[in-house]
Amino acid sequence: MANPLALYTHYVSISLRSQMQYRVSFILGTMGQLLGTAVEFIGILALFDRFGSLSQWSLAEVAFFYGLVNVAFAVTDMLSRGFDHVGDLVRTGEFDRMLLRPRSTVLQLIGQEFTLKRFGRFFQGGGVLLWSTLYLDIAWSPAVVALTAVTVICGACFFLGLFINIGTLSFWTTETLELMNVLTYGGIEASKYPLAIYRTWFRRFFTMVIPMGCVTYFPILAILGRPDPLGTSLAFQYTAPFFGLLYFVLSLFIWRLGLRHYRSTGS
Amino acid sequence: MPVPHILVENIVKTFRIAQRRSGLWGAFQGVLRREYRTIKALDRVSFELAQGELVGYIGPNGAGKSTTVKVLSGILVPDSGRCEVDGRVPWRNRIANAANIGVVFGQRTQLWWDLPVIESFDLLRDIYRIGSGEYERARDELAALMDLEPLYDIPVRQLSLGQRMRCDLAAALLHAPSVLFLDEPTIGLDAVSKLAVRDFIKRLNRERGVTVVLTTHDMDDIEALCERVMVIGHGSILSDSTLDDLRARVTRERRLIIDLLDDGQAIEDPDVDFISRSGNRVHLQFDPDRVQTAALISRITAKYAIKDLYVENPPIEEIISRLYDEHELR
Repeated sequence: MANPLALYTHYVSISLRSQMQYRVSFILGTMGQLLGTAVEFIGILALFDRFGSLSQWSLAEVAFFYGLVNVAFAVTDMLSRGFDHVGDLVRTGEFDRMLLRPRSTVLQLIGQEFTLKRFGRFFQGGGVLLWSTLYLDIAWSPAVVALTAVTVICGACFFLGLFINIGTLSFWTTETLELMNVLTYGGIEASKYPLAIYRTWFRRFFTMVIPMGCVTYFPILAILGRPDPLGTSLAFQYTAPFFGLLYFVLSLFIWRLGLRHYRSTGS
Repeated sequence: MPVPHILVENIVKTFRIAQRRSGLWGAFQGVLRREYRTIKALDRVSFELAQGELVGYIGPNGAGKSTTVKVLSGILVPDSGRCEVDGRVPWRNRIANAANIGVVFGQRTQLWWDLPVIESFDLLRDIYRIGSGEYERARDELAALMDLEPLYDIPVRQLSLGQRMRCDLAAALLHAPSVLFLDEPTIGLDAVSKLAVRDFIKRLNRERGVTVVLTTHDMDDIEALCERVMVIGHGSILSDSTLDDLRARVTRERRLIIDLLDDGQAIEDPDVDFISRSGNRVHLQFDPDRVQTAALISRITAKYAIKDLYVENPPIEEIISRLYDEHELR
């Protein structure tokens, strides 16, 4: 374990140094991210200013959802960029170079592009999260603190799983995968709001097929100390994030199938 | 006979290529129902290489050269057949195999474009898990052989093609592989760089016993480096022999090149065929089985006023081109 981590750190430092070569682009990129995500949140503020609450959810509660998902997604975003490019790598033959190296392809792709500008999203999400806790009455017991950390980590793993899925599809089709962005970016957007506000079929899909709700909605209820309008138990809310982890492991497994397909068809 | 370093036995690899139909309607049909065409990229390819051999692997584009290299390096899984590289089945032990081979593509660099050369080397040390002592030794040795140290701090994108190729060769060898696959290592290089690269490959093979498979379209590479040449076409090995044997098998003809004193003359002899003439220089061709070289030369020198004369083999390009023609490879 120590060795892959050391290699990852090396990849990151390499990536940073090559981005630093283009300083203006880096500074503008980070500012752009920060502003973009800030504007997004201002949209939510405006909505609440107009309507007061969303179903029975207060602004602070929605802000907590929003902040936590953004923090988790920012972590994913720093790890997942390589999987967005699998199609290009396959087309150009660069993917073969990865197979020529004595390392797992997943590790190489994670290390491929560490985008520093995603820190913008991380800090914005973290800021909103902290701000929301000022207005929320959260009982920070050790269990709740641990659950928060687990939720962020499992959430990041789950989102990473989604991006790995998209990368895996590139082994079968080189067509653009715009449609799949509905699942990733669309799903991530959707998970920034409490699942209870959505329609039943939507909730079911994002709980049972793609466990988006498991990594955000259910554990956050437990953190906020709110009973679930959908009626799930506290025990379930505490274990739900691990479905995200499971999804990630499953994604790795499917990646291996995709890799096997690639290595037998060479396309 | 010792265990071969690389063993390839009856490797078959087929690809299914989606057929594209023309026009908008065709594209639409393609979305609904695809038709596939099967291509046999490798059709029972077999060969063996001993440790420390340097073999040229040539053939026209699409003949199966890169598919072979992809199978040997563990990227592709063949449909059937046996293959071992240094005792390992490449596609079953991709990672172990990758740690033992080096691959250089002339057209693509494996170095990080925006970074100074030395940083790419350092990253490869971690990717290949090279111990720091071994790494420094290997790096310094390669640097001394190819004069790399002045290039260490230059970002790869600023290197000339020749400099980049030297760095790429070093990058592929830092982990001391026992097998090296070179794909067009001299493509696009200037004459001096070409010689430097050839010289380095030769030394690597002679002094360290690295087994080298060299694919190239540059026949000067083959002539300068390879004793043994394998020719592939349509997915099959057409010829696997020494360069001299290949030459002898394809054509026995020799070239006779004569510089005349008087440019008005025309050489006529029943045993030679005229090829071309530029100024005072005449290119002729003869079959040494039909006429003894010495006899022919004395006959001609007696009859014509000649300044200079020499006999040579037809250029290797022509040999290969004839072999391709024989197998209808174009």
